[in-house]
Amino acid sequence: MDTGTFRGIITGILIIAFIGLTLWAYSKRRKKDFDEAKNLPFADEDDMPANRDTSASRETDSRHDRGDRNT
Amino acid sequence: MSTALEHPTYNYKVVRQFAIMTVVWGIVGMTLGVILAAQLVWPELNLGLPWTSFGRLRPLHTNAVIFAFGGSALFATSYYVVQRTCQTRLFGDKLAAFTFWGWQAVIVSAVVSLPLGYTTTKEYAELEWPINILIAVVWISYAIVFLGTIKLRKTSHIYVANWFFAAFILTVAVLHIVNNAAIPVTAMYSTSIYAGAIDAMVQWWYGHNAVGFFLTAGFLGMMYYFVPKQAERPVYSYRLSIVHFWALIMVYMWAGPHHLHYTALPNWAQSLGMIMSIILLAPSWGGMINGMMTLSGAWHKLRTDPTLRFLVVALSFYGMSTFEGPMMAVKTVNALSHYTDWTIGHVHAGALGWVAMITIGSMYHLIPRLFGRTEMHSVNLIAVHFWLATIGTVLYIAAMWVNGILQGLMWRAINPDGTLMYTFVESVEASGPGYIVRLIGGLCWVAGMLIMAFNVFMTVRRGEGARQPIPQTA
Repeated sequence: MDTGTFRGIITGILIIAFIGLTLWAYSKRRKKDFDEAKNLPFADEDDMPANRDTSASRETDSRHDRGDRNT
Repeated sequence: MSTALEHPTYNYKVVRQFAIMTVVWGIVGMTLGVILAAQLVWPELNLGLPWTSFGRLRPLHTNAVIFAFGGSALFATSYYVVQRTCQTRLFGDKLAAFTFWGWQAVIVSAVVSLPLGYTTTKEYAELEWPINILIAVVWISYAIVFLGTIKLRKTSHIYVANWFFAAFILTVAVLHIVNNAAIPVTAMYSTSIYAGAIDAMVQWWYGHNAVGFFLTAGFLGMMYYFVPKQAERPVYSYRLSIVHFWALIMVYMWAGPHHLHYTALPNWAQSLGMIMSIILLAPSWGGMINGMMTLSGAWHKLRTDPTLRFLVVALSFYGMSTFEGPMMAVKTVNALSHYTDWTIGHVHAGALGWVAMITIGSMYHLIPRLFGRTEMHSVNLIAVHFWLATIGTVLYIAAMWVNGILQGLMWRAINPDGTLMYTFVESVEASGPGYIVRLIGGLCWVAGMLIMAFNVFMTVRRGEGARQPIPQTA
C-alpha cells in the first residue's frame, strides 16, 4: 500500500467516525444522559438564582461544597 | 447547610491566585501593546536602546498577553470549573500550587530574557530552551492536576467544558514539546532540530494550533461554563456541543499551512491548509451558535447585566473572526492580506474581541464568588469597562482593516512598464493615521483594565472582611 492509499483510508475512517459520532450524539437514547450532563454547572449550587441576595449572609468556602447531587 | 461539613472543600486558593494574576498580567501585557502601538506612531519611543526596541518588546507583548494573561485565566477557570462540575476537590494541592508558582516563574523569565534579546525566533515560542523545559514540567503537572481531578469526580458525566479544557491541555503539551525540540548550544542558545521548510511547517503547525487550542478550545471551555451560569440556563444544545468538540479538534490540526501561502512550502500543503481552514468555519460557527442560543429567552438580561454582555459580545467577535480567518486563508485573499496590518487586525479581533472579552466576563462572574461575595464591588464600573473594551476593539480592528487593504493594494500596484508604483516607505507613511487610531483603541483597553483592577481590588478587600469573622455554621 502506498502512502496516498493509506492517507485516503485514514481520511475515510475519520469521516465514518465523525458521522457515527453525530448519529450517536443525536440519537434519542442519549437524551436523558445529556439532559443530566447539561445541568451539571447548576448541580452544585445551594443558592438558587431567586435568593442570591440573601446568600450573602453565609459566606464561607464551604457554601459551595455540595458534594451531593441535589437534583 | 448541615451537609456542608461532610464534603471536602474546594481548592479555591490556587484559583484566586491565578484570577488575580490574570488581571495583573492583562494590564502588563496590554500596556506593552500600547507602548508598541505608540512606537509605530513615534519611532523615537524605542529610546534608542536595544532592550526597549520594537523587535524585543513585541515578543514580550505577545507572550505576556497570550501566556501570562490568557494562561493565568485558563488555569483559574479550568481549576474552578473542573472542581464545580465534578463536585470534588482539586487533585494534588501541592502540585496545583506548583503549577501556579512554576507558571509565574516562566512569565518572569520571559520578562527578563526577551528584552535581553534571548530568542529562538519562533513566533509565539520565542523562549529559550531552559525556560521551555520549565514550561513542559509545569504543563505536565497541570495535566496531572486537571485529569486527576476528573478521575476523582463524584458525577457520572464529564461536563463538556472539561472536554475542551482537557483537549487544550493535552494538545498544548504535544505542540510545545514537538515545536521546541532543539539542540542546546550554550546556556541560552539552541538550534531547532528541524531545518528549512519542515521547520517552517512545524512552527506553523504549532503556531496555528496555539490559536486553535490555547486561544480557542481553552476559552470555549470557559464559554461552555460561564455563559450558561451567567445566563442562568443550561447550554442550548448538549448534542451540538459534542459534535462541536470533535469537529473542532479534528479540523484545527490541519489549518496551519495557511500561514505559509506562497512560500517554499509545497503547493499541495498550502492548498490543504486553505481547504481545512474553510471547513473550520462550520465547527467554529456551530460553537458560536450554541453559545448565543443559550441566551434565547434571556436576552433581556443583557440590559442589566454587563458581565453577560461581555460574554455575548465575545461570542459575536468569535463568530466574526472565525469567518474572517477562513476568508483570509483563501490564497487569492491571502495574496492581498498577507504581511499587512490586516493580519494584525484579525489577530486582535480574536485576541481582544474573543479571548480577552470572554476572560473578563468569566472573571467578573468568578472573582466575587471566589472571595465570598455575590456581586462585584461596582456593576456600573463593569458597564464602563464593557464600553471601553468594545469601542477599543472596534477602533483597533477598523484601523487595521483600512491599513491592511491600503498596504496590500499599494504593494501590488504596478506602472504600465511593470515597475512598482509605490516604494515601501510610501505605504508606511500612508499607514500613519491608522496607527494613531489603533493607539487610541489600545488606550481604551488599558483604561478598561485599570478600572477592572480597581473593581477587583475593592471586591477582594470587602470580601476578605466579610469572610473572616463568620464562623463555620454547624
